[in-house]
Amino acid sequence: MDISNYLYLSAALFTIGAVGVVVRRNAIVVFMCVELMLNAANLAFVTFSRLNGNLDGQVASFFTMVVAACEVVIGLAIIVTIFRSRRSASVDDASLLKR
Amino acid sequence: MNAPKLDYALLAPILIILGGALIGVLVEAFLSKTRRAGVQLVISFVTLTAALVQVIRIRRSGSSGAAVLSVSIDAAGIFIQGTILVLSLVALLLIADTDNFTAQASAIPGSSQESVAIQAGKQQTEVFPLTLFAIAGMLLFPVATDLVTLFVALEMLSLPLYLMAGLSRRRRLLSQEAALKYFLLGAFSSAFFLMGSAFLYGYSGTLTLNGIASAIHTSGNNNVFLLIGIAFVSVGLLFKVGAVPFHNWTPDVYQGSPTPITGFMAACTKAAAFGATLRIFYVALDGAQWSWKPLISVIAVITMLFGAIAAWSQRDVKRMLAYSSIAHAGFILTAVVSLNSHALSGALFYFVVYGFATIGAFGIVTLVRDSSGEVGDVNRWIGLGKKAPLTASTYSLFLLSFGGIPLTAGFIGKFAVFSAAYESGNIYLTVAGVLSSAIAIFFYLRVVVMLFFQNPESDSVSVVIPSVMTRIAISICALATIILGLFPSLLLNAADSFALFTR
Repeated sequence: MDISNYLYLSAALFTIGAVGVVVRRNAIVVFMCVELMLNAANLAFVTFSRLNGNLDGQVASFFTMVVAACEVVIGLAIIVTIFRSRRSASVDDASLLKR
Repeated sequence: MNAPKLDYALLAPILIILGGALIGVLVEAFLSKTRRAGVQLVISFVTLTAALVQVIRIRRSGSSGAAVLSVSIDAAGIFIQGTILVLSLVALLLIADTDNFTAQASAIPGSSQESVAIQAGKQQTEVFPLTLFAIAGMLLFPVATDLVTLFVALEMLSLPLYLMAGLSRRRRLLSQEAALKYFLLGAFSSAFFLMGSAFLYGYSGTLTLNGIASAIHTSGNNNVFLLIGIAFVSVGLLFKVGAVPFHNWTPDVYQGSPTPITGFMAACTKAAAFGATLRIFYVALDGAQWSWKPLISVIAVITMLFGAIAAWSQRDVKRMLAYSSIAHAGFILTAVVSLNSHALSGALFYFVVYGFATIGAFGIVTLVRDSSGEVGDVNRWIGLGKKAPLTASTYSLFLLSFGGIPLTAGFIGKFAVFSAAYESGNIYLTVAGVLSSAIAIFFYLRVVVMLFFQNPESDSVSVVIPSVMTRIAISICALATIILGLFPSLLLNAADSFALFTR
């Protein structure tokens, strides 16, 4: 199978994630879309690793996974706190900061 | 197989800070609540000072191979690390006033749990270790020379800041909202940075910046992977520095965060993020400059003009300072485009100057209060010069430095950056820079006029007597702004001799 297909898949996942961040309103879903984008980057790293014939990309994808896990911890902490204070995780409700 | 050789003396500043942060976490877990604040403060001070001493000791012994090919502690990197540590020490004096932070971040705003925690004096002090973790990331980001280390450092400095943005004691809903916005947009931009890194790796077959530079040199630069990589990495970096199409988070986050944290992140994050941006563009992407220079130039011009113009319509003091910081991001971006060592030394000088003025200005914002906390509304600052001449004039000093009035440090910083842009042939950038400075100066002068020459409307605003540490912090910032304005060569010569990225 042509290896560039993996890149197309990665680009598609990244785009779905990016569009999701922009259009979705629930903070959790927005956050999931960001994770999708990170994983799309991971797929690109691994594909390029195969294309370039070295392992750097695969190592990079492990680092990304660890960082993404840290991000989940921080992100869920923030989202849960904000949900507890206003009983909603909608990004639209969080609009006190307007000029 | 040989174990990789690490140069611990050069890495020591980062490791010292991480060690201090871990001790801080243990203190938070095991020490009784009444004694924590003092102990945490001492730990943070000692670690920051130790790291600064170590940075000064290694100032002439930089090496590009501190940690194999991942970290390059070179002259410019050492200068930026020193800058970040000095600014953090000053910012820590503001953060030390724990009255600005919520007693218990997990308690629901306005709940009985919260008021119990406040009444019992159960102040949690997690802000200190978080600050140290963020500083460790900031020290690593400008010296990282491979894409993975850059990404890890970027997240290391961002993740603690997301949390710190939500720790304000007053107006907690606003603060939590700032944390949410900062987090979602920050994670979004990191994903772009990571995707760009993947494409740069795909193009060059290596993660190191030097490897990317030599790939551009040998295999030409008209490659779609390279272009996608540059574009996406730039998005991630421009977001962090707050340049215009990606600036939306800045005013909201600056307004919602606890004010000492805003000062800290405005000054130190900007130095770290611009340090990394300069390194990536100077070291890795230098050979492909035709593909990014036009776009970054346009972004620089838009950023400075937008920041200077949008500041006019702001009603809130912190939002106003946020827009002014956007304009400054544009000024420093001219140094990225100029690509010569004068621009680099100008940028290094600018970090120091801008950092001191920013921390000082936000320090003053913490002092102007009414019964419900800090007063954000600019109109209520009218006539402050009559109530508190010293505070108002110090604030004016910082604003004049932002504006770049001669005899303040800001003028020298702008002069250094713009003359380097002129030297490199980007005359339109110089013109746009001077033009937007002029717009900004009028704006800053308007605020000064409001402070001194208009009569106050309401009497509910008062300037609280600053704590000793806040007073020291603001004094240091004011002194630095004046001294660097009168005797710029003290620092300019140093910046000149340090303005070098080792390839």
